[in-house]
Amino acid sequence: MNIAVCVKQIPDPATPYKLDPETHLVVRPDDQVLDDTDRYGIEIGLQLAEATDGSVTVVSMSPSGTLQGIRQALAMGADAAVLIDDPTLKGSDALVTARVLSAAISRGDYDLVVAGTESTDGYSGVMPQMMSELLALPCLSFATHVETTDAGLRIKRQTPSGYDEVEAALPALLTVTAGVVEPRYPTFKGIMQAKSKPIETLTAADLGVDTAVTQCVQSVEPIAARAAGEIVEDDGEGYRRIIELLETVKVI
Amino acid sequence: MADYHAPVRDILFTLDTISDVSSITELPAFADVDAEMIEPLVTEAARFYEEVIAPTNVIGDLEGAKFEDGTVTMPKAFEGAWAKLRDAGWSSVAGSAAFGGGGFPKVVGQAMSEMMASSNMAFSLCNMLTDSAIALLERHGTDELRDIYLENLITGEWTGTMVLTEPEAGSDVGALKTKAEPVGDGTYLLSGSKIFITWGDHDLADNVIHLVLARAPGGPPGTRGISLFLVPKFLVDDDGKPAERNGVETVSIEHKLGIHASPTCVLSFNEATGYLIGEEHRGMNYMFTMMNHSRLGVGLEGLGIAERAYQGAAAYAKERIQGRTPDAAESDTIIGHADVRRMLLTMKAYTEAMRGLLYDATAAEDRMHAETDEAKRAAAEARLALLTPIAKAWATDRGVDVASLGVQVHGGMGFIEETGAAQHYRDIRITPIYEGTNGIQAIDLVMRKLPLDNGAVIEGYLDEIDATAKELSGKSTELDDISVALSRATASARQATAILLMAEDPQLRLAGATSYLDGLGTVAGGYYLARQAAAAHDASPADEWLQAKITTARFYAANLLPDARGKFEAAVAGPDLLYAVADEYIG
Repeated sequence: MNIAVCVKQIPDPATPYKLDPETHLVVRPDDQVLDDTDRYGIEIGLQLAEATDGSVTVVSMSPSGTLQGIRQALAMGADAAVLIDDPTLKGSDALVTARVLSAAISRGDYDLVVAGTESTDGYSGVMPQMMSELLALPCLSFATHVETTDAGLRIKRQTPSGYDEVEAALPALLTVTAGVVEPRYPTFKGIMQAKSKPIETLTAADLGVDTAVTQCVQSVEPIAARAAGEIVEDDGEGYRRIIELLETVKVI
Repeated sequence: MADYHAPVRDILFTLDTISDVSSITELPAFADVDAEMIEPLVTEAARFYEEVIAPTNVIGDLEGAKFEDGTVTMPKAFEGAWAKLRDAGWSSVAGSAAFGGGGFPKVVGQAMSEMMASSNMAFSLCNMLTDSAIALLERHGTDELRDIYLENLITGEWTGTMVLTEPEAGSDVGALKTKAEPVGDGTYLLSGSKIFITWGDHDLADNVIHLVLARAPGGPPGTRGISLFLVPKFLVDDDGKPAERNGVETVSIEHKLGIHASPTCVLSFNEATGYLIGEEHRGMNYMFTMMNHSRLGVGLEGLGIAERAYQGAAAYAKERIQGRTPDAAESDTIIGHADVRRMLLTMKAYTEAMRGLLYDATAAEDRMHAETDEAKRAAAEARLALLTPIAKAWATDRGVDVASLGVQVHGGMGFIEETGAAQHYRDIRITPIYEGTNGIQAIDLVMRKLPLDNGAVIEGYLDEIDATAKELSGKSTELDDISVALSRATASARQATAILLMAEDPQLRLAGATSYLDGLGTVAGGYYLARQAAAAHDASPADEWLQAKITTARFYAANLLPDARGKFEAAVAGPDLLYAVADEYIG
């Protein structure tokens, strides 16, 4: 099984994020890291590829920077990377990102496309579904469990009350939730080998993609400071006030 | 309970400013090493130790190693963690490339070992002893023994031990009685009892490789008649796999104050098959390779626990609300109180100073093997010889102090096990004792190391410190303060050194040994922090982390370095008062 895993380099979540006051975009340092939620996609990709003597290619759209995040993905065991690094893509919305990644993936011959459910810096949560439309692939989304079948994959799709069992034949697109598998740690040897693995760098022009955005951030407001809470002195009747409050916020 | 956050930036900064690691990786011996990989390796290893090993620390303490029916069982959580560690390969970074290691300098491997010790000291001992066994086999093993054992030790399939101590042979190893009878085919049969064998038996690896001191026939009494043998728990078959059980039996394990997850074994050798390392009767010489390596390893435990105790105390001090500072209207977190800050800064300054000392000593170990110039190799060997007892004893004594401060910062909660501060204090307490007590280290320093090259080695080291003090002078008022304090302390060091070197009565040196080592360690700590302050000053004035390095060095110079002068005075006080009280009045 040859697998493309969509991954993202993001600013280290341990550091405070900054927004550019003019563009309202996240300021991206050179040393971006691999989005932690992508480790699950890579791990499931590696497990499926290892079981079938296949390969894993990570596909990403971001400024290259130090390539730290991409190398982290390769250190886990991915075989190659395709990176679309193009300054004209700065400020891309989910749809442009989906177009770019889909175009890059169309250049290869993949049985399966894997993505996380949403990125830790953008949180649009719709990009993989857009890709499945653009690539005309069935979308197996929100998988909490993945197994292979004769024709393709069967997953447990997380729902608010439990899970649905969903099957699709390959080729398909799969999105995985955190916890679907335990991601492996990059090994010492894996990190050393990652240095010599191929990273192909492309531009939007190489892919011939329409990069016109349909969404942009008009303005950004800081979150309003929390108002002071209400203190209720309990004179034996405090519970009434609690019930009233819970009813106001429609919890009961 | 606070998590462990590996101090990656300080480790990398120390590798750069103190070990000068790029000058080591440029040496031909490391031609295949890519120095640019050091940072990503340390960074990724840090995540591994934080997430996989550090969470096993408390579990290990509570469950401990268990002994039943002649077998040692490790806490359940260790099995998975050990397998992950072995697969990740972080213990093999500095192993010989010819035997499956990464071929990086030892000082880079030390970064991994430090994080391992911070994450779980009891667990880390297994790696530390295996590393030492590797160092010994690399240097003194025959090709045959290396082929059979080295790769499995480097990759963590098997683990190693050091087997010296017997009930009547502790600090005086020369008194040991275990016998080795030659069989005639080149092998020996070993019989005797050994105690205090760290990780002497366990169920994590497929084989345990003991390096055992014993007496072969025909040798003189004392240390000159001791030979060294490799004795595997399981004899290795022709395919290199563990097969028949060798005649080594685990009799019991000890119940200890700390490091509960490190099985301390009593081993009984009953005609166990052993393979001679090197030549007969020269075992102590070879064992010193392993012991010196382990001494730095134990010093590193002092650093590792100090770091974790410091992190725990700092986190608690930022949360715990109690009392008002003089100008405050309301109660605030205790980190605002001057005396709590004094404790936290003392912990920070000692910990970073220890890091400098250890990363300098291990860099000297790398240079001793890798420098191309004979004179440079010899100089590095002498430097390592001088620094080893200081690194072992000073880093562990200060480590105990830091762990004790860690308890103190927590107040009453520090005495309660759930904060973790107490475990650090219990765990670290062994480090001034094993691998040569700190008293033995001090004797080694004044009796063997000071006289090296007629005193030129210690003289050269003190010259270096003075040169750093001069370099700092005039750069800024902050660095001037450090410079002055360092010069004063070095002047006291010179006086005490001269008196001890010239002393005809060995009792004068012996009586002052520990105070002298304490003083010299304190000066050395100030020296490494001063060098880092100079580097920080030259690098980037806007970087707050670097500014904190300068402030830490100033704090050390103002508050801790002055202790050295008192220690040097005590160091030359002589033995008379020690013997002026009759034995009957002691006790």
